[in-house]
Amino acid sequence: MQKNRISSSSASKPSDYVRYTPSTILEPGISAPDFTLHSTPDQSVSLSQFRGRPTILVFYPADFSPVCGDEMALFNEILPEFEKFDAELMGISVDGVWCHLAFSKDRKLRFPILSDFEPKGEVARKYGVYRKEEGVAERALFVIDKDGVIRWSYVSPIGVNPGAHGVLNALESLNVNKKQ
Amino acid sequence: MEDLEAEIVKLTQPVNGKKRDHIQGKSNAPVTLVEYGDYECPYCGQAYPIVKEIQKQLKDQLCFAFRNFPVTQIHPHAQHAAEAAECAGSQRKFWDMHDYLYEHQQALDDKHLEQYATKLTLNLDRFKGELFNHVYANRVREDFIGGVRSGVNGTPTFFINGVRYDDSWDFDTLLKTLRFTIKDEK
Repeated sequence: MQKNRISSSSASKPSDYVRYTPSTILEPGISAPDFTLHSTPDQSVSLSQFRGRPTILVFYPADFSPVCGDEMALFNEILPEFEKFDAELMGISVDGVWCHLAFSKDRKLRFPILSDFEPKGEVARKYGVYRKEEGVAERALFVIDKDGVIRWSYVSPIGVNPGAHGVLNALESLNVNKKQ
Repeated sequence: MEDLEAEIVKLTQPVNGKKRDHIQGKSNAPVTLVEYGDYECPYCGQAYPIVKEIQKQLKDQLCFAFRNFPVTQIHPHAQHAAEAAECAGSQRKFWDMHDYLYEHQQALDDKHLEQYATKLTLNLDRFKGELFNHVYANRVREDFIGGVRSGVNGTPTFFINGVRYDDSWDFDTLLKTLRFTIKDEK
């Protein structure tokens, strides 16, 4: 699986990395804005339909970034771990539904990916994770509890796949009963 | 827009000598490099000779450990390949099989896995029994879950002294970073 790598030219020491969160991302404690987006040309998904279960939102810049695998493929592989928490997983990018269909088929995704296409990036904007210059969503993660409140959020540098450990830690902290 | 820097992401289970991990080099070497890999992943295939060369360069200053991270949804043979390497490990030939698999990534179906076991002069009955009964499936899964909890974000994912490495793993950059780390440890 390819990973996006930051384009640093100098060798960095592991201790050089420092966490920075942009001020616009919605913080824990805030009610997650509801939305309705197309998952396929003729199906829509609303956040509110998952009230009563934790929800994971994975914003990402674009379908079909490197060959072989990427953040969506990774989360797809880890899906059974999220299901232990009865959590719903959704990917969101500004790609259109037909692109999503092809991408989903190619990566054999087992969760919906939603099209934040029209108005472009509106949901990403609501969540404070829209990259205006490029016109794509950030690589951002949100864990929303069963009452619709954001309990954890994180933005990764655009070139670094954030992995799923933060999401799993956040789900555990929700005190959700975990199935074994 | 200002670019963010990645958070520091740590291995939840550091390498603890040969207790659980497959390692090459001394466990008290100044730098430990852990790779989470998938035998069917072409990027891991590219990383394979790079790691070998790095091991040649750093010799006993480097401890290298390999852990499984098969991405089974897109690599249908990765799970069995990982189990095959673990089966070989139970006959003390983990690294031989690990290398063989990366050198034959185009042929990782069960028939070929058996052929490789024969080539490596493993006890074939035992190998087949362990592979087809998935004796090491749990071990592979433990590696995978440990990797997920540690922040593995693709394959290959490298950890240097327990911290996820997000920079380029081309030979020059990776070697330079490892040398830096060795200097820091002195």
